[in-house]
Amino acid sequence: MRYIPNSPAEREALLAAVGAASIDDLFATVPRAVYRTEPPGLPPPASEIEVRRDLGRVAAKNAHLGEWTSFLGAGLYSHHAPAFVSQLLLRGEFLTSYTPYQPEVSQGTLTAIWEFQTHIALLTGMDVANASMYEGASAFVEAVLMAERLTKKKTKVVVSAGLHPEYRQCLRTYLVNFPFTIVEVPLGKDGATEAGALAAAVDDDTFAVCVQSPNVFGVVEGWKAAADAAHAHGALAIGVVNEMFSLAVLEAPGASGVDIACGEAASFGLAPSFGGPLVGFLACRDAGKRQIPGRLAGRATDAGGRSGFCLTLSTREQHIRREKATSNICTNQGLFALAATMTLSVLGKHGLRETAVQCLSKAEYLKAGIRALPGPFSVAFAGKTFNEFALHCGVPVHEVLRRAEAKKILAGVPYARLEPAASAYRDLLLVAVTERTPRSGLDALLDTLRSFS
Amino acid sequence: MSDHGTLTPTEPLVRADARLDQRRRFGSLFDAPRAGRVGVVLPPLDVPEADPAALYGKAHRPGVEGEVEASEVDVVRHFTRLSQMNFSIDTALYSLGSCTMKHNPRINEEIARLAGFNDAHPYAPVHLAQGNLELMWRLEEALKVLTGFARVTLQPSAGANGELAGALMIRAAHVKAGNARKHVLVPDSAHGTNPATAHFAGYSVVELASSRRGTLELSELEAKLTEDVAALMVTVPNTLGVFEEHILEVAKLVHAKGAYLYLDGANFNAFVGKVRPADMGVDVMHMNLHKTFSTPHGGGGPGAGPVGVGASLVPFLPVPTVERAGDAFRLDFDRPDSIGKMRAFYGNFGVLVRALTYILSYGHSIHEVAENAVLNANYLRKRLEPFYHLKYDAPSYHEIVFSDHRQAAMGVHNIDIAKRLMDFGFHPPTMSFPLIVPGALMIEPTESEGKDELDAFADAMIAIAKECETSPGIVTSAPHTTPIGRLDEAGAAREASRPGNFAPVLRAPVR
Repeated sequence: MRYIPNSPAEREALLAAVGAASIDDLFATVPRAVYRTEPPGLPPPASEIEVRRDLGRVAAKNAHLGEWTSFLGAGLYSHHAPAFVSQLLLRGEFLTSYTPYQPEVSQGTLTAIWEFQTHIALLTGMDVANASMYEGASAFVEAVLMAERLTKKKTKVVVSAGLHPEYRQCLRTYLVNFPFTIVEVPLGKDGATEAGALAAAVDDDTFAVCVQSPNVFGVVEGWKAAADAAHAHGALAIGVVNEMFSLAVLEAPGASGVDIACGEAASFGLAPSFGGPLVGFLACRDAGKRQIPGRLAGRATDAGGRSGFCLTLSTREQHIRREKATSNICTNQGLFALAATMTLSVLGKHGLRETAVQCLSKAEYLKAGIRALPGPFSVAFAGKTFNEFALHCGVPVHEVLRRAEAKKILAGVPYARLEPAASAYRDLLLVAVTERTPRSGLDALLDTLRSFS
Repeated sequence: MSDHGTLTPTEPLVRADARLDQRRRFGSLFDAPRAGRVGVVLPPLDVPEADPAALYGKAHRPGVEGEVEASEVDVVRHFTRLSQMNFSIDTALYSLGSCTMKHNPRINEEIARLAGFNDAHPYAPVHLAQGNLELMWRLEEALKVLTGFARVTLQPSAGANGELAGALMIRAAHVKAGNARKHVLVPDSAHGTNPATAHFAGYSVVELASSRRGTLELSELEAKLTEDVAALMVTVPNTLGVFEEHILEVAKLVHAKGAYLYLDGANFNAFVGKVRPADMGVDVMHMNLHKTFSTPHGGGGPGAGPVGVGASLVPFLPVPTVERAGDAFRLDFDRPDSIGKMRAFYGNFGVLVRALTYILSYGHSIHEVAENAVLNANYLRKRLEPFYHLKYDAPSYHEIVFSDHRQAAMGVHNIDIAKRLMDFGFHPPTMSFPLIVPGALMIEPTESEGKDELDAFADAMIAIAKECETSPGIVTSAPHTTPIGRLDEAGAAREASRPGNFAPVLRAPVR
């Protein structure tokens, strides 16, 4: 096999050296009843030529964003990925290394982790960010559990219905065995969390108040209302962001009283890859850092006074604390945190802002076009948005998708796909743009919608 | 001794001005102000420009203060220099035990980057994503063949996330049967994730002391196995690299009490294609695709942690599952007993593509992975046993756990040996784990090493053992050839209390 260097003669030499007559001798302590001498029931080994042919055919069955005009978002947005990023990611020193337990031979990874933490802290307005989480939904769950540890002996978490439904579903999955109650606060007519209902839902038994902005309908939420409601009862405010470019034009959660920021950072140069691998983040105020889950890189110096980075505050982690750890997370999303770091570095201050303004401008152009249409479509909510909004369809949503597909347009994500039970929202289509969407694409979508009038 | 190169580490190059070099090589991009530089150019805006300040009013933010300003050249050079300070599998044998640092084939990377896979949105209509569902279905089928399980969920993001999915399924099954139960049994040799996971699934952890052979002690198991026990979490081969000879008896005991047998599949690399875990009576097992199935570790992820389950746990799998009807594939969300979702979307799909590519490349020869991994580990054991102490001397599978017992008598500890190994061009073993071996040095060569590389590694370890006797100072002050020396990690933890350690201080705290 091409991935096994030893020749048959070398294998024989190794066997002789260990004093074994055959490979089977090495497996002598496996119970004979379960030891298999027949090869597994898989096809014969495939060469690179055959694998390319086989999986190339499989890949070709999918619609990919290079060939389609896409308005798909709903938590995962297709932004520009600078060409050098995917190429540098293939450097073996990044690709084939592991967790930097040994800082002397891992300064590359450690410096990049520290830079990722710094970018996230700057964007969110927080003091400390960790080395990454799996993705946005599980990062959110970890933030909720962290808030509980920081507040102690409270049992209620208040969650806006504007949080991505899959994030809310994950919260239910992970919290099922904890004695906690999840209270959901509905959205108002403008598409933002109803402020009165939010304040009323929070009481002294509440440990976290969770709001996403822009929310799942693209509507911009006010962080401060959530933070004030939380702090009035000794709870912590959790701010969720899954379109990170919004933070180049909208107030940082950390500047508005939010205690823990978390979410999805895939907007920074990651390919959608059918939903993973992505890169979750979690950031908090200095006071919370000893309860943060996952890995953390910090500065350190060697005996010669040279400065470097190492993993720090590890006593929070599972390999030291075992069942008392802040999380069971071990492997995270290192390589894709690196991709996001590279992308953020090259975008920089100016690129972040310019990209955000382009996203906003294109979404506003599309909304204006829809408002001018005579037919059965309207922008569902009056609340301010960034690069995504909910389109109310007076005709069946699937009919809109079908007609758009005929023009190689993916018109959006039907909200019913995310939360089939939310019947009030079943006529909504989530429509997202990025800086990659040309005006011709926006006009083509408008033409499709016009064809219904 | 082999004739593989020289055993004397080379002196670092003498540089003209070490301080200047330090700044260029070690600086972060945040340390070097390059105001006004631009790295990305977008097409001119082709619609009327919106004014965020006017639109958002008080909620407007004029930009991200403190962010980097750099050109593409600055950024490419920075990250290329960073890469040069990393050790990797592509460099040499990476002995980090338990992590299975095997070769990462590049065809896997190429296939995962095919546009149909890489540039596909998870909410694309299902009829436009048939290839992706087919890929997931085929990977599940292949993993079913290799494990003997009824179904496999591909959703968990990494091994620990798979463990949690497994523990939640076990709990859901017990709840459905009327009693959630209270405890999970975990051997004292277990990975740290096991007790952490059991705790997150709402169970208290009861630790089992290992036998003198380092394996499960049946009497200890029987004593602690009550009707309150939900599951036993066991690793095979265990973290000492020893196969649980009595695994069939263990399964019988566990099942007789109505508990489930959870297998931590982190070490599947040692028996893939040789033993199907379901045949051993295992009810649920996670697999680390970044270990056994060669997907790159990426400096700390992404991984993927599929979980295989026996028939009794199938109703509790996370949603959605991928179902096939003829040539068509669909996502099934209608599973009333499901534990729900472990994450957004369907899993680390790009990792799944790499793993299936690897499995197809090996095909029915995949048992050669286990055979060569075990052979290589036994060869290293044979060569190193005269020089390093083995606390548990049961037959080894894919890894060996030596200790610094002999060297400690000379004042040299496992950390010193690990650091000195860097000077010989190898990544150190896993240290101080498992916890039941004081001064542990856990070595896993994997099947990816040829005899020449194994010999070079053994020669280095032996040379260090001799240095410990003749010139221990060179070992205790190592490493001598790396870009930096040993860092003051305790100092780093103290520094962590200083504001600004993790990010520049730009503003007064809000509250």
